[in-house]
Amino acid sequence: MTARAAERTDRPRLAVWKFASCDGCQLTLLDCEDDLLTLAEQVEVSYFLEASSALGTGPYDLSLVDGSVTTPEDEARVRHIREVSRHVVAIGACATAGGIQALRNYADAAEFRAAVYARPEYIETLATSTPISAHVPVDLELRGCPIDRGQLLEVIAAHLTGRKPDLPGHSVCFECKRRGTTCVVVARGTPCLGPVTHAGCGALCPAYGRGCYGCFGPSNSTRFPTFLPLLRRDGMDTLDIVRELRTFNTAAPEFEEAVGLQEAGREDRG
Amino acid sequence: MRTGGRDAVVLDRDGLDGLIVLLAARGRTVIGPTVRDGAIVLAEISAGGDLPYGWGVDLEAGRYRLRPRTDGAAFAHSAGPQSWKTFLHPQRERQWTARTGPDGVPLVTEDDTPPPSYAFLGVRPCDLRAIQVQDRVLTDGPHTDPRYRRRRERAFLVVVECTEPGATCFCVSMGTGPAADRGYDLALTEVVDDGGHRFLARSASDEGSAVLAELPTRPADDGLRAAAREGVAQAAGRMGRAMPDVDLRVLMHETLTADRWNDVTARCLTCGNCTMVCPTCFCTTAEDVTDLTGEHTERWRRWESCYDLEFTHLQNGPVRASALSRYRQWATHKLGTWYDQFGSSGCVGCGRCIVWCPTGIDITEEAHALNQERAEARQAAS
Ligand code: SF4
Ligand code: SF4
Ligand code: SF4
Ligand code: SF4
Repeated sequence: MTARAAERTDRPRLAVWKFASCDGCQLTLLDCEDDLLTLAEQVEVSYFLEASSALGTGPYDLSLVDGSVTTPEDEARVRHIREVSRHVVAIGACATAGGIQALRNYADAAEFRAAVYARPEYIETLATSTPISAHVPVDLELRGCPIDRGQLLEVIAAHLTGRKPDLPGHSVCFECKRRGTTCVVVARGTPCLGPVTHAGCGALCPAYGRGCYGCFGPSNSTRFPTFLPLLRRDGMDTLDIVRELRTFNTAAPEFEEAVGLQEAGREDRG
Repeated sequence: MRTGGRDAVVLDRDGLDGLIVLLAARGRTVIGPTVRDGAIVLAEISAGGDLPYGWGVDLEAGRYRLRPRTDGAAFAHSAGPQSWKTFLHPQRERQWTARTGPDGVPLVTEDDTPPPSYAFLGVRPCDLRAIQVQDRVLTDGPHTDPRYRRRRERAFLVVVECTEPGATCFCVSMGTGPAADRGYDLALTEVVDDGGHRFLARSASDEGSAVLAELPTRPADDGLRAAAREGVAQAAGRMGRAMPDVDLRVLMHETLTADRWNDVTARCLTCGNCTMVCPTCFCTTAEDVTDLTGEHTERWRRWESCYDLEFTHLQNGPVRASALSRYRQWATHKLGTWYDQFGSSGCVGCGRCIVWCPTGIDITEEAHALNQERAEARQAAS
């Protein structure tokens, strides 16, 4: 620990909270190996992994919230977090869009519950899976399933210096071209969601020769009526397209609307 | 085309391969075309075997495919996914670093890492013009970019004239190709015929002449000169596309409210691919990086694009919020306002934006449509 940091008794308090998720996004924090020690010098970290075990009383300077809201207890807890936190950052597709578990929003959750659990009456659950922002004001949303390690460090570093984090909202194509990847759509006819997907991953999938599947959710400038015919041109049918959009960001409004366009299109064609 | 210059000589395939090795031996990072991931990309090459001998390309709006060629030509292909700006005006570059000094005052250090001395092999005539366009933007006015200038001044350019235009090329109508007349160190014209596979080479700089003198060459005979001239002349007659034969700057100026902008916008994804592949687009944004301690700060610069909503973000939101305003900014800047700003067209007719647009928007087709709409409006008014 540097002398400078050791002197600090007023380190900002960082809390990490978990809702319905696979934990992958929090693991991203632990994955910041090279920076973990420095981070621990700069902030005081509290983890609240279990829903019931601890409700930190705060106040916290920065709360990272992972996961979506799926139970009545979650609803209360997310309000508590907002009350005890200066800044709330939702991290990952679950916290920013409801996650893959938001597929339940289009089905009967009670039926799922009966099918999955031996004693469904013990399970208390909401009919929908919703992002943190559906319940409380959120200061920042960090996209991705999972989030990108570099972007997470950027959010924390920016918070510590009091500047705006650099999280471009443009398409994955920007990153793809900057990386020097040959476009898989143009050179191979491979369907790719890059033109409508939010940057942040560094255009990972096209760099490995496959199309983007939208795990960072919609970009800030989606043009689905223009884009969907491209997926058809490149060989996808309605079911393929709906499946592609109904993944980790299925409940993102732009993706929901696009699924609506697809389904309407199918009806048109009889 | 200057095929009759004093030192016009013939290089055969071994001579070309030797050129790569020689440039590398002179301490240069040699960049040239090579096949990778289903495309002819620009990357560092170290031997003749890296060149795309026997590969051509089939190009269309929104479509690129490699195609084997029986003639074994190395340069019978047109613009790929990158351009030379990838190297001269890189996508992300550090400007300076700052460290908090003992008294709490930041100490700023400009980044002056010496740039590589590049040798670019296979610069097409349109791309040479594009480099000159970026020179005007980045080094001419009052705000010279010193890092660009240093890379540019050190770069050794081997131009290869075009004998096989792509279906999306329109350099003839932009006056930028397919022949090269000035601004290079060496110019080559590839000829593959009964006489064999060889390159007519001439130099336009002292270093170019010095390099040629070290390679196995023979004097160019009239037959080869004629074949080279003929190859380039034929290419000029086989352009895949053309801009309308009007003053494009005036056309852009007079059609700002045309209906056609709605039509093209309905096809545009605002994905930004066209600006990223365009060899003249130069826009960048600043990226400030601080580490977790806050004691170390860096400023980087990275490629930005007028298709990005955040590009024109002011306190009340983006100035160009609509997709229409963004597509129109791109096209009118390339073809119109670039003249006002930099005294030339911002488009050199390479066709990259047509090929690498996922929806296949074609800037020449849009210009023709705007021209048509203007003509119809004039007719209706008269
Ligand atoms: S591969 Fe996908 S992300 Fe990359 S430029 Fe093409 S469409 Fe965009
Ligand atoms: S506007 Fe298109 S054709 Fe013109 S120079 Fe740029 S990429 Fe090439
Ligand atoms: S067209 Fe757009 S990205 Fe290209 S130079 Fe002009 S403003 Fe910049
Ligand atoms: S013109 Fe094409 S490449 Fe350019 S932003 Fe629109 S869709 Fe993307």
